[in-house]
Amino acid sequence: MADLLVFTDKGIYCPQADVYIDPWKPVNKALITHAHSDHARSGHKQYLATLDSVPVLKHRLGSFIKIQGLAYGENITINQVQISFHPAGHVIGSAQIRLAYKGEIWVASGDYKVENDGLSGQFQPVKCHSFITESTFGLPSFKWKPQEQVYQEINDWWQINKDLGRTSIISAYSLGKAQRILNNLNTDVGPIYAHAAIENTNEVLRNQGFNIQASPKIENSGKSDKYKGAMIVAPPSAIGSAWTKKFGDYEEAIVSGWMNVRGIKRRRNAERGFVLSDHADWPGLNSAIKETGAQQIFVTHGYTEIFAQWLCEQGYDAKAVKTAFTGDEEVDLNTETV
Amino acid sequence: MKIFTNLISELSQTNSNLKKTNLLSNYFLQETDELNKLWVIALLIGKKPPRTVNTTLLRQWCAEEADIPLWLFEQNYHIVGDLAETIALILPISVSNYDLKLHECITLIQSLKNKTEPEKKEFVLDIWRNLDDDQIWIFNKLITGGFRIGVSKNIVIQSLAQAMNVEKNAIAHHLMGDWSPNKTTWSILFNFDHGSADISKPYPFYLAHAISENDLQSLVADEWTAEWKWDGIRGQLIRRNGEIFLWSRGEELITDKFPEFEQVDLGEHDFVIDGEIIGWKDDKPLDFQSLQTRIGRKNITKKIQHDTPVKIIAYDLLELDNNDIRKLPFEERRSLLEKIVTVNNHSMIILSPQLDFKDSQTLFEWRAKSREVGAEGLMLKKKNGAYHTGRKSGEMWKWKVNPYTIDAVLIYAQRGHGRRASLFSDFTFALWEGDKLMPFAKAYSGLTDEEMKEITNFVKNNTIQTFGPVSSVKIELVFELAFEGVALSSRHKAGVAVRFPRILRWRKDKNVKEANQLDDLKKLLK
Repeated sequence: MADLLVFTDKGIYCPQADVYIDPWKPVNKALITHAHSDHARSGHKQYLATLDSVPVLKHRLGSFIKIQGLAYGENITINQVQISFHPAGHVIGSAQIRLAYKGEIWVASGDYKVENDGLSGQFQPVKCHSFITESTFGLPSFKWKPQEQVYQEINDWWQINKDLGRTSIISAYSLGKAQRILNNLNTDVGPIYAHAAIENTNEVLRNQGFNIQASPKIENSGKSDKYKGAMIVAPPSAIGSAWTKKFGDYEEAIVSGWMNVRGIKRRRNAERGFVLSDHADWPGLNSAIKETGAQQIFVTHGYTEIFAQWLCEQGYDAKAVKTAFTGDEEVDLNTETV
Repeated sequence: MKIFTNLISELSQTNSNLKKTNLLSNYFLQETDELNKLWVIALLIGKKPPRTVNTTLLRQWCAEEADIPLWLFEQNYHIVGDLAETIALILPISVSNYDLKLHECITLIQSLKNKTEPEKKEFVLDIWRNLDDDQIWIFNKLITGGFRIGVSKNIVIQSLAQAMNVEKNAIAHHLMGDWSPNKTTWSILFNFDHGSADISKPYPFYLAHAISENDLQSLVADEWTAEWKWDGIRGQLIRRNGEIFLWSRGEELITDKFPEFEQVDLGEHDFVIDGEIIGWKDDKPLDFQSLQTRIGRKNITKKIQHDTPVKIIAYDLLELDNNDIRKLPFEERRSLLEKIVTVNNHSMIILSPQLDFKDSQTLFEWRAKSREVGAEGLMLKKKNGAYHTGRKSGEMWKWKVNPYTIDAVLIYAQRGHGRRASLFSDFTFALWEGDKLMPFAKAYSGLTDEEMKEITNFVKNNTIQTFGPVSSVKIELVFELAFEGVALSSRHKAGVAVRFPRILRWRKDKNVKEANQLDDLKKLLK
């Protein structure tokens, strides 16, 4: 039997159902794992995604797109292929996509993390024969600390800055990391504000019923004292730009899995780096793959060659495949246009 | 170790030199253990304790302890870029049970020197299992012997000056030379009484910035002098109490690499001469390559001395008969230098010739002749300038000749180390030889972070084949490379090697057919 999913120059393709998963060139029917720009692109005729990600997709790609939403676990059948979406825990609305045809089951994971952040849903291991995984942090040196510990570090840092009369600015991409941080800030420390790009996304999510920490938009005015001691959450593109001048004395921090590596932290000129990621770490990737029970593994982005070789040595039939996904938080943030 | 670990982590959490200086100066004021303080200074200014455990073993032990294959460790190391950090990140998470002082830890590491391999392993694993991540990183740094964390020597000097309320230059001078916390004490190292200092101690070097167009135009010819900028090893030749010491700018004592200097005398004078050590034959400088034969060797045989004779070209006089004359105007130092060198004429010392000029036009003409005489440009010195410490603007400039340039094709890319671990930043370039591309140079620097990101995307989408960390890419991108010189080389497939290649700019306007031929490069050989 031919493979249920194949890798083409437009994206991951299911010939039987004639659908693509996260295609990077325009197609008729696109299944979207999540709304980040390297996975959800404009120009497709029809979109299929989770109900939770429909509003953000419309916000980012335009309200005119033709899109159908499915609840997690709900089935739809296209030309005998049963398709369903399952929580990936990456960002709000993110999903792994399961396709089943004549007893053969494939799962494409998009991006995922196994730790529950309270917003993105708990990653659900889905039994399958073939699993398509990311490997953004697919190296043994990436091991995350429990998230509570990192939130504590962020709040401590904020408190110290506040005591010194400084503003704290944190960079976080506007879908996912930003909400995760906002919801774990200690509101006793001081006021919280967000960059307009983030607050616009927040409003979309609040309208969907998600409970996101109130975070007034930064006003488009000159230097102001009202931000003294405040916490500002901003997208990475705003950091280090003239925009930050209005905050007077401030300190910037970057929140990313990459902050685990001192060299990267230095390159990005982060005064403070907090290690917190929306991707699975090394133990997370390994346990997630094991729990699928899959024998065949495709590694789509990240340290693909290295990770695939490691999986082969663990007894899997693993291959690295070339895709246009970056999964790279850095790239994701920099190409973000919202 | 905890105090030191916190100090290092606080230092690395700020980009501000002022904050770094204050943090360090507070540390020096608060720390009561003088041996700890000496080690902090030594480590931060780059004095490595001798390595007692082979790093190959450390890699093996770490891979075993984390239960991963060695190849995976190596791949991971390549991406993280720092061995100490890679090990700390890969080891299973542990908590801190031990409370060691910095100097105790260093002493323990040093005492491993004569231990057997199993004993070393037992010690290292025990430490790895009983310190937290951050302290393991520090421990690994100590055992692998490198400590570069973005604190310059200048910051260390400034913070000590602040903590001790002493002039910066005095601190800088006392930190020169090859002292070690093992062999000195705080009060000996910082004994500011004249005459008690170590007689081998060199002075901090005075370094120049490149001159800008503006500074060049506003130069008043009468107030300045010009000399060639030679391409050798900058050094200080010291004679004190009749004993000779030769120091490189990297503060290494290199007297034994250049035994020719051991018998140098200038009458009965004691002196400290700042100059350029240079290969010299038939009244002409040899190229820089020639000195490489000296630096790497343990024994400098008569044959090496015969094949690559050396001289020192004397630029300046810093001390004469035990008097520190660095504050005298350059003009006066120069005339003292001329006097002792010409009167006592020693074959090993050449006085750096001064170039006559009356305006910036003549300077341009001199500079254009640099390559002809084997120099790499000009040095401009103000007649009334003092000999300062470190890199300072205003009274001394360097003005190098423009580099050679060539358009080359990008053929291989490799992910960077450390700071550039997520980007492709190390590139191999090729020139045409008929219809084939011949690799001739690797270059790392010269691109902005933005350009590197763009190239990283190109590489990801246009990789033809990967060989370990190296990707061969589609022949498409052309770059203008700058370099300082070409020499024949039997070790390079192209038959020639370029010196200091770096990327000047990305020639998006050129296609690969417009890149240069290897023959164009060979024409520069002379």
